Amino acid sequence: MNLRTPLARVRGLGSAKEGTDHWWVQRVTSLALIPLTLWFVISLMSVARADYATVVEWIGRPFNSILLVLLLITTFYHTALGLQVVIEDYVHDEGMKLAALLVMKLVVWLWGAAAIFAVLRIAFGG
Amino acid sequence: MATNKRPLSPFMIGPYYKPQLTSVLSILHRITGVALAIGLLFLVYWLVAAASGPDAYAHAQGVLGSMLGQLFLFLWTWALFYHLGNGIRHLAWDAGYGLEIPSVYKSGKVVVIASVVLTFVTWIIAAP
Repeated sequence: MNLRTPLARVRGLGSAKEGTDHWWVQRVTSLALIPLTLWFVISLMSVARADYATVVEWIGRPFNSILLVLLLITTFYHTALGLQVVIEDYVHDEGMKLAALLVMKLVVWLWGAAAIFAVLRIAFGG
Repeated sequence: MATNKRPLSPFMIGPYYKPQLTSVLSILHRITGVALAIGLLFLVYWLVAAASGPDAYAHAQGVLGSMLGQLFLFLWTWALFYHLGNGIRHLAWDAGYGLEIPSVYKSGKVVVIASVVLTFVTWIIAAP
């Protein structure tokens, strides 16, 4: 006999109420980060030691701006998911765990927003 | 709770468990992940400096170009290549490939060697 409602079974979210979402998004972001990271590292090899004007011109090119924003969104999302697992593994006090998770998410998204804003500011010539 | 006293991974490696390539590479994936997260602060600093103007950017280049900055960036490059390579290894496992013990050791060695080689190649090409 199954006491779960048909809707609960279809949703497949289980007792944690979020199903495999965390696990799955961690994999999707990591897959996306393979080409994005390689592009970024290869680009940085030529750009990193260039002068200010060259760097800003490079960041501001539409193709690079778009890929940079995608890289930053994916990286910070992946980072938040990864650090969440680390905190959940080592912080056992429920209150402390919740506090640590909230602070971590706040810091990660704040830094992510700052990075994306910096790219857009350069792209739109602010 | 009584369960608090039980050793938790990775803290059982050493006193309770013999370190093995598999377990060491596993915890290294987590350590490099956390290190890369901290390193993101410097990526954001670099981008914000570039967006702020030539003076801020020159200052950032000075910080990142210092001995300590370069050492940090070198280690960050290795952490990135290790986490990237080992991440691909994890994705292969998730897809059901390479789970036999000999394959796990072989892919582990490949990832370690590749991460070191790619780090040096990157820095040789990017050298001033």
